[in-house]
Formats: sequence, structure tokens, C-alpha cells
Amino acid sequence: MARPASLSVAHRWLLWSEWRAYPGRALAAVLAIALGVALGFAVHLVNASALGEFDKAMHSVSGSADLEIRSANAFGFDEMLYPRVARLPGLDVSPVVALSALVDDKIQVSLEGVDVLRAGGMGQGASDGGAEGLADFLSGRSVYLSAAALSAAGRKVGDSMTLGANGHAIQVRIAGTLPSRANTNAVTMDIAAAQWRFGMLGRLQRLEIRLAPGIGTAGAMRMIRAVLPPDAIVTDTASEAARNDGLSAAYRVNLDMLALIALLTGGFLVYSAQSLSVARRRAQFALLRVLGMQRKKVLGQVLTEASVLGVVGAGAGVALGLGLASLALNLLGGDLGGGYFHGNAPQLVFAPWAAAIFGLLGVGAAVLGSMVPALAASRILPALAIKNAGDAVDPRVRARPWRAVVCLVGALLASLLPAVGGIALFGYVAMALLLAGGVMLMPWLARALVSPLRHVPLRHVPFRLATARLWGAPSQASVALAGIVASTALTVAMAVMVTSFRGSVERWLGDVLQADVYLIAEGGRGGFDAATLERMRKVPGVAWLGVLKETPLQFDARRPAVTLLARTLTGPGGHLALMGSRITVPAGATAVWVSEPASRIYHWKPGDTLTLPLPGSPKARVAGVWRDYARQHGAIVMDEGTYARLTGDRSRTSVSVLLAPGANSDTVVAGLRSAVGPGGGGVTVSRPQDIRRQALEAFDRSFLITYLLEGIAVCVGLAGVAATIGAQVLSRIREFGMLRHVGALRGDLVRMLLIEGALLGLVGGIAGVALGVAMSQVLIHVVNPQSFHWTMDTLLPWPLLGWVIAGLAVATSGTALVVGRSVLSADAVRAVREDW
Amino acid sequence: MRLLRLAVLSLLGFAACGWADDRVAYAPVPKDAPVVLPRDHGAHPNFKTEWWYVTGWLQTKGGPVGFQVTFFRSRLPFDDGNPSRFAARQVVVGHVALADPVVGHLEQGQRLAREGFGLAEAATGDTDVVFGDWRLVRDKEGSFTARAGTARFTLDLHLRPTQPALLQGDRGYSRKGPGQDEASAYFSMPHLAVTGRLTRGARTETIRGEAWLDREWSSNLLNPRSVGWDWAGLNMDDGSAVTVFRVRDAQGHPVWAGGSVRGADGTLTLLGPGDVAFAPRRRWHSPRTGADYPVETTVSVTTPAGTKHFELRPLMDDQEFDTRRTGGPVYWEGAVEVDGGRGYLELVGYGGKVNF
Repeated sequence: MARPASLSVAHRWLLWSEWRAYPGRALAAVLAIALGVALGFAVHLVNASALGEFDKAMHSVSGSADLEIRSANAFGFDEMLYPRVARLPGLDVSPVVALSALVDDKIQVSLEGVDVLRAGGMGQGASDGGAEGLADFLSGRSVYLSAAALSAAGRKVGDSMTLGANGHAIQVRIAGTLPSRANTNAVTMDIAAAQWRFGMLGRLQRLEIRLAPGIGTAGAMRMIRAVLPPDAIVTDTASEAARNDGLSAAYRVNLDMLALIALLTGGFLVYSAQSLSVARRRAQFALLRVLGMQRKKVLGQVLTEASVLGVVGAGAGVALGLGLASLALNLLGGDLGGGYFHGNAPQLVFAPWAAAIFGLLGVGAAVLGSMVPALAASRILPALAIKNAGDAVDPRVRARPWRAVVCLVGALLASLLPAVGGIALFGYVAMALLLAGGVMLMPWLARALVSPLRHVPLRHVPFRLATARLWGAPSQASVALAGIVASTALTVAMAVMVTSFRGSVERWLGDVLQADVYLIAEGGRGGFDAATLERMRKVPGVAWLGVLKETPLQFDARRPAVTLLARTLTGPGGHLALMGSRITVPAGATAVWVSEPASRIYHWKPGDTLTLPLPGSPKARVAGVWRDYARQHGAIVMDEGTYARLTGDRSRTSVSVLLAPGANSDTVVAGLRSAVGPGGGGVTVSRPQDIRRQALEAFDRSFLITYLLEGIAVCVGLAGVAATIGAQVLSRIREFGMLRHVGALRGDLVRMLLIEGALLGLVGGIAGVALGVAMSQVLIHVVNPQSFHWTMDTLLPWPLLGWVIAGLAVATSGTALVVGRSVLSADAVRAVREDW
Repeated sequence: MRLLRLAVLSLLGFAACGWADDRVAYAPVPKDAPVVLPRDHGAHPNFKTEWWYVTGWLQTKGGPVGFQVTFFRSRLPFDDGNPSRFAARQVVVGHVALADPVVGHLEQGQRLAREGFGLAEAATGDTDVVFGDWRLVRDKEGSFTARAGTARFTLDLHLRPTQPALLQGDRGYSRKGPGQDEASAYFSMPHLAVTGRLTRGARTETIRGEAWLDREWSSNLLNPRSVGWDWAGLNMDDGSAVTVFRVRDAQGHPVWAGGSVRGADGTLTLLGPGDVAFAPRRRWHSPRTGADYPVETTVSVTTPAGTKHFELRPLMDDQEFDTRRTGGPVYWEGAVEVDGGRGYLELVGYGGKVNF
């Protein structure tokens, strides 16, 4: 009974003595795990909280309808669809006119025209005004406002206000509030009044459907599809959620991947720190084994040590992650600056399962990082290990890169696979395999890169010593290199991707922003009508005026709407920059040009024929593909004259103007404003440089989190490099003593360490940059097209790459120098004596 | 007459609030023979309100049950000329109820919608009222088909007239109060032979029975003093038909009363305010609304042949119908029997004044 007890005492004693002797190392390992877990968990929490908020918002909007038929465009579908659907058995159908409207010319609201007379409609809400209120409501003289819209407009119940939509404006009285939609800016009025007053006679935007008990969703959908025209789509609540989920799924997966990468970097750091600690204590373990401790017990000792570090680190990481997430939510919002969600910052939702998973990943990284070197060490005969404190690998054995090659080939294959459910899963697998393969390749690569240096006929003793050591002990060098390469590669991959993206966006902005001045009508104003446009064309100083109408088109119930851009395609400012092949559409056919995301999402190619979900379901031919970074869900360009012919819609949402030579832009803008109407209200004037600046600011904001994580990865990487080099130098104290004994001067050793460090940094830097560029190609050509449906041209941030390599060389040689000096100041004779 | 105005009335009660230029000028009921058949089986959209009111007794395997299938049409008091197909000019309300003593209370369904799109519509010219899958239509032979139901039951009925239509009042001009023009156009079709199907859950059974159709339209029905009314229509086994009604004020005194007795031989006797008396024998207290309905009432009818007493007994006590969901009142509409006959009794305004 005494034996296990004494062993456990030995365990504890070993653990405590190790941590007491080197508290910094234990702390560094704990910190590395904590940082990795914290970043991963924080990003995940922010995502989960934002999504929760999104779900809530969706729920309050969709109400209690089981199914919804919605118009594929803003014009609505023919109202005669309503009786067709209402006659289908088992459906309770409520028709809705939905418009975007403006209260008092300033507050953006969603206007719904509903049939208040239907039992089970909004019923209660409108009847609390009594019979008199109902009469007012039915004639469109009164409306109901949500509390949010009421306070935004600064009105109270009973007030009069102006309600504008679709180019019409009327005076209405506020009859009451809409309790069910308190948090959204919403206005409800009678359906007939909405149709008449806002130019929507004969059209509906939505049918809300409740199913009778016993009617299945799938069966009802089938029944409805049989009567559905092409300009309407049917959705159930689930696909609605999926559609909104798809909005941010790719972005969220990207963030989660970044979080995992942070965790991975932390893992590598733990690995290198632990493996050095194990390597340094190999003799100690060998002694314990010679004294009778079993191999398993020694491994158990390492395992215990790693688990304790892992649990402490993971616990700290979860707490830190919680704090980070709440900070990020408050500072950046639910999309971490991505611009997907609007409104208030969501409530932080603690996720116990996610906390457990990220915590376990942290512990796992610590255990794996320790056990791999411990297992390797335990295979060496104790008798050999107790004597030989150096690299146990025979320098004459060639490093074998085959495992690394398998990983790299796997990465190549994975990068060729398509997306899974709109998420570039195999792209990420490819990146992970690249990283693993690259790190595994390091011993071989280190030798390959260093071996030419060995043949340099330089009689410089420190240089020859340094190269000989790096060549002779590649596995130990590769431990140090693993952390460097991993963090460098990840940083470089991100940096190259972001640089390429930003460069492509800048180039695209240059293509798109051809005019001198842009005028955009604010929503609800109904845009500029034909008479206004004519007045604007006549403003002195206007050399060319192009118009644009943006309106959503829904092609697929499970996807967000595509934006239809009806714009002027002729004249000096009407050029559309195309990519890839294009065709000439025969005369008489309608030509459309699809954006790159639209082409990728819907597989539209030049020459294809589309049925546009516009009134009358016109057909159109795809004439070409254009680059677009503004509309992730796709866009279609069409000539505005064609659009007017197809829809009869003459209002335009924005205007672009080229100035005549010598015209003063301020004078022209003032003229354009007065052409819009008295006061020129409801119009935003922008100049291309403003739009460009705003676009790039938005870009940088959405990549803020990337920059942050990148910075952290660099810091973690450099800290890891310093710790690794430091530990290695410390463990070589006997080697230095021996060298001093055979005649090397202290200065020689310092120079040797400098050169060694610099070479290590250079090799790691070059390898990391190469690996990073390879990974960036996966990001650019696989992950981005699969997640966001756009491509970009690779642009290498050369100065940054140079700085990364140089910074690494300086950091490694500097650490080696600083630690080396303190080691070398010790007595060389004592150092040799340590060799028992 | 059927005084139940339901949603229609509560919607119409605010006639004055429409803007002057939008206000609808309702057609008054002409005093001279306002009912012309078969034309007047159809709807009368220019009048304020109108109903098709079918009530009756059915023989089922489980015993007798009462039923009601009712459609109301109502013209809203304002019309702004909105060209939209959704423009609310006419409102259609549908009610269906089944009185089964085994269940112990009414099983009911109710619908309300603006007229339009063929989904809720009352045709002119002949009876064709549709409300989704509910329908009342008159065929070329003069028989009616009625279909209505809820999630619990469905009625599919064929109603065959066995007697000519009964024009109430002066050739269809039925006074409802002391005031000028407080009247309706009113005719009834008693002794309708019923065949058809009653579906409850998965069980469908063939049923037979006898029903009563009331058709009434008006633009000015009730005296302002009135708080409620009582009505009964009885199909007597000898082929005669008895109609009685009275309008009550806040004290329970009659503001107006009337009715008719048509003998088996077709001789029609009209009843004036002095010829009809209602004497409650037993009241039933509604646990839901707290109203006390005189469910057992003796109706005394005075004709030149003498005074007859009809002791009305309900098929079951709880036949209270809450139509507030479709804008109507809470009232009692139930199957009753008398010695030598059966019919329906309507009791309105016992839970407080009906809110017009």
C-alpha cells in the first residue's frame, strides 16, 4: 500500500519542483492556452448572441403565419392570386400590401396594408378605437403605428402625420399603436386604402397563410406551387429562417474558423513549450526510470502536468472569452463590424456547451502538445537518455518528408472539392492540411535550406558551428520552427487575402464610380419621377445624366433577393466593366448582365435565358458577367429603358451626373437639388471620392476582427519563438561549456547563437511566408468564391512579407543573444561538471 | 323576424361618423309590397343590412339536434369611391351552430370578411351566398343547398320548400317599432324539408329534419329605446307556422311586438303589438357571461279565433352563442319545442344592452 502513495508523493514533488523552478514556463503555457480558448470562445459567443437576436427579430415579423407567399419583386403579384390560393382546401389566407414608406418625410417605416375585417387578422389592434375608429381605418384616414415608429417620429396617438410611399403622400391620423410589432418601425393601414393611395391597385406583396389542423406544410406547399405564378414565391417559416441564416452563415463560419486558428496557434505554442520542457527533462525522466519508475508512470506524470496546465488555461480562457465577447458586442456590434445586422447590440448569451467544447479543445491542445514529445522521449533507452542531453536523432539519418507530402497532396485534393451547404468546408480542411503538412515538412526543409550553407567555404568558426548544429539537430530546430511557421503562415495567409481583397475592391470602385456627382433618393420618397429627371437633365453644367433604379427580385424562396439594377448603359458614364466571356443578344431580346455572385449562386452563364420575376414574367438573355463586391446575394443589370417598358415604372432611385468641362460642381449640385423640388429634401448627394472612402472604411471595419486576430497571432507567434529559443539555449549550457573548453571564445559563442537564431528566423520566416501564400490561395480561390461567391486578384503585400521575415530573424537572434549572454556569463567549468 | 344584426349592426351603428361626402344613402324599405319573389331571394346591396337565417331540427341516431346556418350582408355607411377590389363596401358574416344535448352546449363557427373576390359574396337575383367553403344557394327547382361547418362538424343540407313563402307584415312590409320607417322587408319559408349529411369527426350520417328560413333586409330597423328583443318561429305538426317577436326597452317593456300565424290551409293572420305576449317561466343563468335567459317562456298569441298559449321548452338550456369575435352580441339562439310543434327561440340583450 505504501508504494503507490510514495509514487503519488513523487508525482506531486516533481510537479511542484518543476513549476517552482520555472514558473515563467508554466505561466506561458497557461497563457497560450487561455488566449487560444478565449479568442475562439469569444468569437463563437458573439456569433451565437447575434444569431439569437436575429431569430427573435424574425419571429416578431413573421407573426403566426405558417406559410407565406411573397412577391418576387417590389411591384407585387396580381391580386387575383389571392382568391386562387384562398380556395385551396385547409388554408386561411390573409392578403397584405407591403411597401417601404416614409413618415413625415424622414422616418423610414415598413407599411403594411392588411384586411382588418378578417377575423383573426390584426383584429384586436384596430377595434380598440371603437366603431368610429374602424370607419376611419377602412377609409385610410387613420393608421396604426408601432411604438418604435411613434417615438422615432416624435408623434403621439391622435396626431396627424404625412405618410409617403411609392411616390405618393397622404395625411393620416395616428389611431393607435401596434403592440405586436413594438420594436420595428411599422405602419399598418387598410389594404384597400393602401392599394389606392399608394398606386398599388391590383397588386399584393404577400399572402400570409395559416394551415388548418391536419394540413401538412409540405402538402400545402405543393398545392400552392401548382397555382403560383413565376413572380411569386412560397416560403415556410423554416426556409425563411434558413434564408436569413444563409445571410450570415458564411461570415459566421469564417469567424469561427478564425477562432479555431487562434486556438490552433495557441496549441502550437503549447506544443513547442511543452516539448522543450520535456526534452530538457529527458535526463531527469531517464533517471527516474533507472531508479525504477515505470515508463507509463513517467508518461502519466507528463500527462498530469499537461492536464493541470490545460484545465487552468482553458478555465481562464473561457472567462476571458466571456469578457472579450461582451466587450466586442458593445464596441463592434453583433456582426463584429461586418455590417450585416442593424440596430441595437444584442444581449450576450452564455453558451455552456460551447464553453465546454472550447475548454476541452484547449485542454486537448495542452495534452497533445505534451504527450507527443513525451512519447518520443520515452522510446529512447533510459541508459542512453540519461547520458545524452542533446538531440537523440542521429544526424546521419535523413529526414523523411513523405508524411508531409501526403498532407500537402490531401490539401490540394480538398481544395478542388465543392462547398458543402454554402460553406467552404473543404477549403478549411485544405488549409488545415496545408498547415499540418508545412509544419511536418520543417525538419526536411530546414536541412534542405541549411545544407548549402554548410558548403560555403567560410572559415568563420561561429558560422560553421551554427550551420552544423541546425543541420545536425533538425528535429529540435523544427520544434522551434513549428510555432514560427504556423503563426507566420496564418498571418501571411490572412494578410495576403485581405490585401488582395482590398486591392480588388479599390480597382472595382474605380470601374464603378465613373460619374462626378451622385444623387440618391432616400427610401420612401419613391425616387425621382420622370418630370424631375427631365428637370435635372436641363440643369446647366450637366453634360451627361445617368439614372438607376434598384429593386429586389426573388428568384429562389430559400435565398435572399437579387438586386435588379435598371441603369443607363449608354453615354460616357454608362460603361459596365465585364469579366470573362460576353455575347451579343439578338435584337428584340432583353439583355441582362449578371453580377459575379449572382452568376455563381444561380449558375447563370452568358447565353442563358432567365425568366425575370417581374410583372408578366418576361424572358431575358444573359449577355455578360460583371464584377460586384457590393451585393453579396447577387445583382442583375438591365437597361433602364427596357425596364421602363417591362414594368411601366418610371421612378428612379438615384442619378449620376458627369459635369460639363469648367462647370462648378457646387453650383450644379445646387441646381440639381432645386430641380428635385422645393428644399431638395430626401436626397443624398455624394461625390465619388466620398463613396470610395466610405466603401473602404466599411471594408476595413468588416475586417477589423481579422486585423485584430492577425495582430494577436503575430504576438503569440513571436512570444512562442522567444520562449522556444530561450529554452533551447538554456538547455545547451553543457555544450557551451564544452566549446569553451576546446577553445571557443565567449564572443565566438555569442556570434554563433546570433547566427543560429537569425538562420532559424529566416528559415522559419521563408517557410512560413511560402506556406502562408499557399494558404492565401486557398482562401482566395476556394473559400471566398464558395462562401461569398466572388473572386479577386492576388496581390502580395511585399513590404509586410519582408517585415515578417526580417522581424522573425531579429526576434529569434535577439532572444538567442539575450538568453545566451546570461548563460555564457556562468562559469564554463561548472557547466561542464553538470555532465554527470 | 330575425332581429339579430351581429357584426353588421355594430359596424353600422356609427353611420354618422362617415364624412359627409362619403356617406352612403341607404335605400328605405318601400311601404307598398316590398317583397317580389323570386327576385328577392337574392341580395339587396343598397340596404343597410340583410340576412339569410336557417334554423331547424334534425333527427340523428343519437336523438334530435338543433342547427343554425346564417349569413349576413351589410353595407358599410361610407364609400370613398376607392377603385380597389378590396374596397370595403359590403361585409359578409357567416355563423354556424349545432345544438346537441349530448354535448350540452353549442358547437359553433363564425366568419367575417369584406365582400369580394368570390370568396365572400352575396349574389343579387337569387340566393347565392358564399363564404369560403360555406354556401347557401337556391337551385332552379326552388330548393336550397346549405353547407357550413367547423373543425368539429360539417353540415351538408338540402332544404326543400313544402309550402309557399310567407310574407310577413303587410305583403312583406314588417314594422319593427313605433317610429316612422322602423321596418324591414321580411319573408319566411317555414316547413322546409331537410335531407342531407352531418359529419362529426370521421363519422358521417344521413339525417332528416325540418327547418325554417328567414329572409329580411332593412336600412332602419331598431327604435333607439330598445335594448334587446325576443323572437320565435314554430313549425307546427299540423302544417301551420307561428312567428312572434317583441322589441324590449330597458325596463323589459315591449317597444313593439308582432308576428303572424299561418294555418295549414294557408290562411294568414297578422299579429299586432297587442296580440303577442311573452311570459317567462324559468330562467337559465349563463356561467360564462352571467346573463339570465328566459329559456322557458310561454308565448300567448291572440287571433280572432281566440288566444293560444305556446309553452316553449328548450332542447337544452345552454344554447348561448358568443358572436363577439365577429362583432356581434352574446345571445341565446336555441332549438325549442312546444306541444305539437318545434322551432327556434332567439333571446337578445339579457346580458346588458346590446352594443350597437
